[in-house]
Formats: sequence, structure tokens, C-alpha cells
Amino acid sequence: MTEQNPTGISAETLIRLSAAQLAEKLAAGEVTAVQATQAYLDRIAAVDGQVNAFLHVNAEEALAVAAEVDAIRAAGGAEAEALHYLAGVPIAVKDLIVTIGQPTTAGSKILEGWHSPYDATVVERLRAAKMPILGKTNLDEFAMGSSTEHSAYGPTRNPWDLDRIPGGSGGGSAAAVAAFEAPLALGTDTGGSIRQPGAVTGTVGVKPTYGSVSRYGAIAMASSLDQIGPVTRTVLDSALLHQVIGGHDPRDSTSLPEPLADLVAAAKTGNVEGLRIGIIKELHGEGYQAGVENRFNDALELLKEAGAEIVEVSCPNFQYALGAYYLIMPSEASSNLAKFDGVRYGLRVLPEDGPMTIERVMGATRAAGFGDEVKRRIILGTYALSAGYYDAYYGSAQKVRTLVQRDFEAAFAQADVLISPTAPTTAFPLGEKLDDPLAMYLNDVATIPANLAGVPGLSLPGGLADEDGLPVGIQLLAPAREDARLYRVGAVLESLLEAKWGGPLLAQAPALGAVSLETQEAK
Amino acid sequence: MAAINRDDVAHLARLAHIEMSADELDRMAGELAVIVDSVKSVSEAAGDDVPATSHPIPLANVFRDDVVGHTFTAEQALSGAPDSDDNRFKVPAILDEA
Repeated sequence: MTEQNPTGISAETLIRLSAAQLAEKLAAGEVTAVQATQAYLDRIAAVDGQVNAFLHVNAEEALAVAAEVDAIRAAGGAEAEALHYLAGVPIAVKDLIVTIGQPTTAGSKILEGWHSPYDATVVERLRAAKMPILGKTNLDEFAMGSSTEHSAYGPTRNPWDLDRIPGGSGGGSAAAVAAFEAPLALGTDTGGSIRQPGAVTGTVGVKPTYGSVSRYGAIAMASSLDQIGPVTRTVLDSALLHQVIGGHDPRDSTSLPEPLADLVAAAKTGNVEGLRIGIIKELHGEGYQAGVENRFNDALELLKEAGAEIVEVSCPNFQYALGAYYLIMPSEASSNLAKFDGVRYGLRVLPEDGPMTIERVMGATRAAGFGDEVKRRIILGTYALSAGYYDAYYGSAQKVRTLVQRDFEAAFAQADVLISPTAPTTAFPLGEKLDDPLAMYLNDVATIPANLAGVPGLSLPGGLADEDGLPVGIQLLAPAREDARLYRVGAVLESLLEAKWGGPLLAQAPALGAVSLETQEAK
Repeated sequence: MAAINRDDVAHLARLAHIEMSADELDRMAGELAVIVDSVKSVSEAAGDDVPATSHPIPLANVFRDDVVGHTFTAEQALSGAPDSDDNRFKVPAILDEA
């Protein structure tokens, strides 16, 4: 990994550049897209045997796209001028998002080997920007989980400590970015699946306003909550990526019709003077790890010094948010996952004995194809929607959704941006919560309210917890359609923290050793 | 609200088309009872005067123009099918007495 390319930038240095830094070097001709893409592919080959962030590596296509960008740049002229700022900057895609030319599994056995006949809108936009797609990243099956342990293809490991979870469901995307296997990744966030992995891996993750990014081609878990968003190492990189993938899409009827605000400009604003930043009383303190609380307080102190006004707000109905989420999400999931029935695509399993009817084939297929967590949520959702329970469960949960929205409205009348820890704890050991679904669900307590209300949220690294030396995430929340505020405040807080640390938090992550060739070839 | 029991889970699994072994039903009933118990406070949170929200950002009447758009070829549509015949998805018997 210490080889010098002709321009003198080592691969080791290259993979540690932010996407924005890499884009500048590509534009200046200091490095080629093929060199950058190859450096990342080499890194994947060297460390992914340990991390298991990727389910599929897309080397050939990625290098071809990179070569195309290099050729256009070399030729110069109008086509070179028209290249997107991020052209040639590689990216990894969560394997819940469909892609032509690569398998899409959703982390499930039921889709093993399946190839989508179409691209998700966000993937079309990556292709239009000529960003090489490095591959597809691991996730909890159908994005159901907070640890990536529910993947049918084995857990992803946290690059900070390989015996700990990388968060979930988008643990693969977060770990890939944290382990310098990709500068950028796409995630999906239904209850925190972008932000919580960001928090526990020391990376940046954004759940945009619901409807800000098209969901067309994201395999649906809970359609009224799901949102695709950026997974990156810096706040500016998230703004750049959000700008690529966001904006109206006529193929998603929930897509917001208005154009995106200038999110990159927001990330470059550089001040928070006079902004009111609200601490949500209910989202810190009791139940939050001491080291998480300490880093949260440090962040508040820095923002105050930078001229922000810190206020306290109360969102009393957030106490019901987790419960409402675990009724609404499984209800929608049980309906969305009915299509996996062994008829049109994916796995088909025939019953071992008895009559061979299509109904029994569906039962056997879904029994074999779905993992435990998916089955739990389908059963729970079927229960919450069943006659006699609908009003008490699903109906009540939808009313709570109204109450959570009202809490946000009241809070945003007092504050421009809200702040909380992203997750109550740092990364927990693999296996610790696997047999206790409820304990696993509690990890999402601070991220879920944003999904219920459709408001945007950003998680950025807040430092390391004193007691275990693991990353802590700081969450910022803004009113719907005001994603720009997250980038403005996030970038300022990031620069203040990095000045304190003397560089990015990820520079403090332990080095990952190379693995044996045997392990690499097995991938 | 009533607690969820093993018979409920067996019935729900049938509705959801997921075959479950006896062991699985026992385990699932235990786990779901804990989860259902933890979410039951939701039904006491809101009064009758609170309207339900089904969608975070309401957009009404989203239609596209009534023109033929992109369609898949039969080959594309059947590309992931476990079984097909004569440009159609093929399944085992639909009725019990096949």
C-alpha cells in the first residue's frame, strides 16, 4: 500500500482524502480516476476480509467508468468542462438499492443471486455524474436491525474494534467509509439506519427530509419512513452527495416537487452566530452512556463559543415514539414484504411433503428465505393490522405520529436546529443484543422521531467516549425542507472539533492489518 | 389489550404465509409478547381529538400524464423468475386438489 503513483501521491494517502479533496485533485490532473478507483479496490481486497463491508465488488465496471472519466478529461473541451464535480470519485451502494449489472440481495437469502432489471433513480444519478460504483454493501436483512448482525451473509465488523457492531442497518456502508474502502456511500434510513452506523463508526450520515431524495429503486421496508441518504467522512462530502442524488423524481409519488436548496453553499457558510440550537430534554441524560453525554456537552460548549445560542426544548411525546415506530414500521413492512413469495423472482422452496400448492410453496419459501428478525417484524405487523387490534395499535401509532410532529413544531418555534446524541451508547460487542430484540430496538430511541415526522437529521463524529475509546455521534435535526441548516451547523461543529483533535477523528482509528490471500479469494 | 399467545402467532404466521416449526412458534410467541407489552403505552398516548398521520409530508393528487411510459420486455420481467413457461410465470397448482 505504499506504492507511489506517477504523480507522487501514495495509495495510502489517496484513500484518506475526502471526496471533495479527491475531486479537486482529479480536476487538477494530480491523480487519475483509475488510480483512485484502483486504490480503493486494493484497499477492499486488503481489509474487507476482516470488515465484511461489501457483499459484491464491482471492479470491472468501476474501472471502466473511471477510465471513461479520465479519457474525457484528457481530451478536454466541452465534454470535459461539463463533467460533474464528483466525476471519477468512487462510491459504494447499500445493497437495498437496486442496480443493473450487479446482484441486489437486501441482505436476504430470499434474493440471493437476483439481478434487478432496472436502476434506482439514485443509481441513475450516480451514473450520470460518472461516479464509479465500487460495489454493494452489507446490511441487516431488508434493513431490519441496528447492528448488521441480521444480514444473511454474516455481520459487518466495526473498523474501530472488529469485535463490535458497526451499527445498522447500514453497517456495511458506514464501515466501508470508516475503513477507507470507499470515500462515499449511499445508505437508507427508516429509523436511524444511516445515522446510528455513522455515530458508532466515526463517520457522517444524513437522513434527508422525507421526499428530498427519490426512493424509487430502494427495496421498501416502511414506505412512509424510508429515506435514502449520504454516508461520508465529512459534512461537506455529504452535502455534495446529497446534491447529486436529491431533487424531484416523477417516478416517486412522495418526491418533493421543489428543487433542492444549495446544500454545498450551506456547508461552506462557516458560521453559526445567532443561531438558536435546541437541546431536546428527552434525548439525553438518563439511559445515555456517560462518555456519550460528555462528548455531547463538549459539542454544546464549542457551539456556544462560536456564537450560537443554546436553548432547551421539551418534546414530551417522544417517549411514545419508539413504541409507535415499532407498530408503524412492521405494519408497513409486513405489507411491503408480501411480494417475496417465490413466484416472480428470488428463491422458491418446495415443501418437503404434502400437497404441492402455491400457498404451501409460499409458506416454505418465506420460511427458508427470511431470517428471524424479518419474520418477527412481519408477524408483529400482521398483528398490528389485524381486525380488532388495528385501532388500538396501528391507529394509535399514527396518532402518536401527529403528536411527535407537533412536538417538533413547538421545538422549532424556539430553535433553528435541534441537537442530541445520535445513539445512547457507543458500539456494543457483536452478539450482545442478538437474543434480546427489545434491547436492540432501544438503540434507535434518538433517531426514530425524525423518521416519524419526516424531518432531516445529520450525525457527525463528536469524539471518543472516555470509558471505551469508541466514537460518539452528535445528531442535528432541522425542520422539514431545511436540510441546509444541518450542513451549515454540522460543518462548523466539525471544523471546531477537528481543530481540537488536530485532524479528523478517523485518523485516530486503529490500523487494519492485511489479511491472508486465502480470505481475499473467498470473497 | 390482550397479550399475544402461541395460537395468535400460529394464526398470524398462516396469514403471512410463513411456515413455522413448533419451536419457532414458542420462541416467537415469547419474544413478541415482550415487544407487544413494551409498545402498548402507545394506545394511551393520544386522545380521540388527535388526528392520525399516515404520511410525514402530505402531497395530494400526484399523477403522471396518462401516456405509455417505460415497460419491461417479457424477457426482462421474467429474468429473475424461479420458473417460467411461454412468457409467463409458472407456479405449482393453485388449488388443493391438483
